[in-house]
Amino acid sequence: MIPFEITYHRPRSIAEAVRLFDTLQQQGKKPLYYGGGTEIITLSRLHLVAADAVIDIKHIPECRALESNPHELVLGAALPLAALEEAEPFPLLTKAASEVADRTARNQITLGGNICGQFFYRETVLPFLLSDSQAVIAGKDGVRQCSIHDVFQRHIRLKPGQFLVQMKVDRSYASLPHFHRKRRKQGKVGYPLVTAAAIKKDGQIRVALSGMCPFPFRSTEVEERLNARHLSLHDRIAGAIRALPRPILNDIEGSAAYRLFVLEQMLFDIIEELGGEETNGGLH
Amino acid sequence: MEASTKCEMQLLVNGETKSVVARHADTLLFVLRNELGLTGAKPGCLNGDCGACTVLVDGIPIKSCMMLAIETVGKAITTSEGLHNTAIQRAFVEHFAFQCGYCTPGFIMNAFALIERHPDADDRIIQEWLESNICRCTSYKEIEAAVKTVLANHPSIPNDDHF
Repeated sequence: MIPFEITYHRPRSIAEAVRLFDTLQQQGKKPLYYGGGTEIITLSRLHLVAADAVIDIKHIPECRALESNPHELVLGAALPLAALEEAEPFPLLTKAASEVADRTARNQITLGGNICGQFFYRETVLPFLLSDSQAVIAGKDGVRQCSIHDVFQRHIRLKPGQFLVQMKVDRSYASLPHFHRKRRKQGKVGYPLVTAAAIKKDGQIRVALSGMCPFPFRSTEVEERLNARHLSLHDRIAGAIRALPRPILNDIEGSAAYRLFVLEQMLFDIIEELGGEETNGGLH
Repeated sequence: MEASTKCEMQLLVNGETKSVVARHADTLLFVLRNELGLTGAKPGCLNGDCGACTVLVDGIPIKSCMMLAIETVGKAITTSEGLHNTAIQRAFVEHFAFQCGYCTPGFIMNAFALIERHPDADDRIIQEWLESNICRCTSYKEIEAAVKTVLANHPSIPNDDHF
């Protein structure tokens, strides 16, 4: 239940959606773009989100795209995570998506909603950070494409009136060796203690993490230390841990010390599974 | 002109077109129960966690506490009232797959969709789907047995008594 009044709008095109946002804003309203709606409804109920209007982007064809050409995958922001899992265009993304919430919820939660949401786990962004993907953004100035690294730094950085239309992934990334693991406090349902996603590209391991900090991230410093093969495996992992951004989360899901302990083991597993263990010290 | 925050909407529920006047902000669960008197979908957590409010929208299980009613205009909604003596309903009775019964309609709607979409579902798929619903009486084993019974007999058990 949304405990305040809103107007609901269902544009059929990108241009209509952008125009609606602008018009509503000029009327002094606060509009929100609306995908699956789960986060907006949840947070509204708790009075953590307020809006006068929602603009449902699910009926915009570009936002529902699920296309594959010889060079890239095109994934619409309004695709439900469950649809992505079933189509399985990008195995690492399938794994990341399939660990979010539960199966029924994933029939509603959209790719764009997960990436742009306020809940800071945003785990489906990890495969896109690892694969240097492109984001298609729409706004008053038109539709533009940019690197995920330019538009997502800890969280999505959109100007008022802009929304995420699509993600584009170089197809070569879809077949790379990869690793995905989500560790929770207990059981198989719940927020992550640590989620680690990794790929091996040109002999180098890339790692992106969620649940360690109050934002998901991929860190060049962490990767440099993890790939420093002249060092022992333990020194590489210790260096990667030291290079983590701060703060490390310390909450009801787990203490900072416990998260670091879990991550350390995960980094060993990543190197073991992706085959980056050739070091002076070997795998202990 | 100010846009209204309330409107008349035509909803296709259990094969019948229903006209309701509702707020744009009203969830599907609220409208089903309070405007249409269909109380099969149960309010539980109202937070998308428990699955007691699960209904089908175009055959896909959805937590109706997390979807606006106005979003479903043009779609086919099926609630537990739209199922009549289906195989999964009979299997729940035969396996005593409930105690208090509060979660049962949500489980049945989810299990019904699971069987329709994955008639060859293995243990992994069954677990993945049923994890979306919570049973405080912990009838999980009996629920799993009910689902597996129907899957084992599918499609010999007629399962078409629904909208």
